[in-house]
Amino acid sequence: MAMTDKTKGEATGMPTLHKIIFGVLLVALIALPFFVYPVFAMKVMCFALFAAAFNLLLGFGGLLSFGHAAYFGGASYVAAHAAKVWGLTPELAVLCGAAAAGLLGFVIGSLAIRRQGIYFAMVTLAFAQMVYFTALQADFTGGEDGIQGVPRGDLFGLFSLSDNLALYFFVLAVTFGGILLLYRIVHSPFGQVLKAIRENEPRAISLGYNVNRYKLIVFTLSATMAGVAGATKSQVFQLASLTDVHWSMSGEVVLMTLLGGMGTIFGPLVGAGIIVTMQNYLATFGAWVTIIQGVIFVIGVLMFREGIVGVLARWFKRPL
Amino acid sequence: MFELLGVPPQVLLGQLLLGLINGSFYAVLSLGLAVIFGLLNIINFAHGALYMAGAFVAWMLLNYLGIGYWPALIVAPLIVGVFGVVIERTMLSRLYHLDHLYGLLLTFGLALIIQGLFRNYYGISGLPYQIPAVLSGGQNLGFMFLPNYRAWVVVASVLVCFATWFAIEKTRLGAYLRAATENPTLVGAFGVNVPLMVMLTYGFGVALAGFAGVLAAPIYSVNPTMGEQLIIVVFAVVVIGGMGSIMGAIVTGYMLGIVEGLTRVFYPEGSAVVIFVIMAIVLMIKPEGLFGRTA
Repeated sequence: MAMTDKTKGEATGMPTLHKIIFGVLLVALIALPFFVYPVFAMKVMCFALFAAAFNLLLGFGGLLSFGHAAYFGGASYVAAHAAKVWGLTPELAVLCGAAAAGLLGFVIGSLAIRRQGIYFAMVTLAFAQMVYFTALQADFTGGEDGIQGVPRGDLFGLFSLSDNLALYFFVLAVTFGGILLLYRIVHSPFGQVLKAIRENEPRAISLGYNVNRYKLIVFTLSATMAGVAGATKSQVFQLASLTDVHWSMSGEVVLMTLLGGMGTIFGPLVGAGIIVTMQNYLATFGAWVTIIQGVIFVIGVLMFREGIVGVLARWFKRPL
Repeated sequence: MFELLGVPPQVLLGQLLLGLINGSFYAVLSLGLAVIFGLLNIINFAHGALYMAGAFVAWMLLNYLGIGYWPALIVAPLIVGVFGVVIERTMLSRLYHLDHLYGLLLTFGLALIIQGLFRNYYGISGLPYQIPAVLSGGQNLGFMFLPNYRAWVVVASVLVCFATWFAIEKTRLGAYLRAATENPTLVGAFGVNVPLMVMLTYGFGVALAGFAGVLAAPIYSVNPTMGEQLIIVVFAVVVIGGMGSIMGAIVTGYMLGIVEGLTRVFYPEGSAVVIFVIMAIVLMIKPEGLFGRTA
């Protein structure tokens, strides 16, 4: 997708503005659980990481995956299974989930990158549906019930995470770390090549870059980080369910990224915050949530393609 | 009675018929997608929702206005088609100058809205729709029982697919359409009203989805979620066939329906994913699709 790119000065490390924003964000997040329900805050953070991972692929790689629920939900199943059946500690369970998502992303990605544009989107969606059916039928996933009652375990086998506040800081460390890692990837030489491929693929090829290898790497990275988000979510809610692998979850992450601003650093975080908050407050209205999400999609595509952070970045003339 | 690999022929033929029926829906829906894609270059994510809307419109015509199945077979697709024209004029036409992915995102949003609205008003339990009297009952073929309505679904879908193929590949209007697919600017310069053609093409494509919905109404209960699973399978069908050719979309649709039916006989656990597995294999061997022209 063509997007304006105003990032400057990547070579000289993180711009001061970004440092300030990340700093303020971290302070706010440390204070947050004392003001809002920690589980809700953890949900927002998991989805923020999920959207940021998705944005790596769409916003910076220019690849629209319509099946990211497969990695998010797949990892949540694996992590839940690892924690419940294998009795692994939370950090190892999350790593297992992330590894599984990365592997799945590598396999699906290597097939999907054989097609471009809307075909790519359809292929990823179809494979994600295959993962959904597998989750529905396989033995270890528990079918319609999902995996329930996942124990929260002890971090490194030492610190109990059964308390919401303790778990909150674990989730904060994982998701914030994940988002910083994604930031680093975007601003690395690898990220620059990625943007070059997004802007002009034939030219990148003619410059000697193995475009497909870059696409596969970014796809796998994005799937892995989506997996970290999904695995963490399963530890928070002590549950892995079909909702996480359903196609509507793939749609939601697209919506979060679109609303917040594709190809921006902070957009997916803003988008995730808004959508999760909205779902929380409108949960009693049933299908209206779906309708409102659809309306946001339509309005977003028709007149608000830069997203919230995209507009702010244009106003302040700074990459955000 | 003969048996094939330990499977009684009744089961085999029954599943083959079921596969052929599913294939009929795959064919009509992927045909609509291919027609729309050819001229507009977008993937209509709302196709499943409009298929569902077609079934609901038929149900509403019957229950609110007393209009029966046969008129509904014409009227419901027309209503869905007009709705499609409105969508094209008010929304899609604003996106043609952008990346085609935006069309996908827009129609995805529309699908959410349409499905959500029907779910709000009609719930998800499904509404019954009677098989028309003429087509109730069935034929005993000796080796199996063939319900008349199911036979009609196959016949009707083949007729519609053939008519569409004929109109696009063999008529003068179809020639304009194919020319506009290749080069809309040049066709416009020859005095053909391309925007009008684009509008009608989208209307026709979604009317096909509405038609499939009316056909489906008596078989499956009329349900707001009836389109969402189906459309993803149809996407896989489209990837396998490639959207370059009209005939390709039709043939792939029927073929995959039958393959799915056979899988249900010999390996039931795999029937839900067999089409996706085939898609993976096709992507490995012939990424542009069986009938595709460009990658």
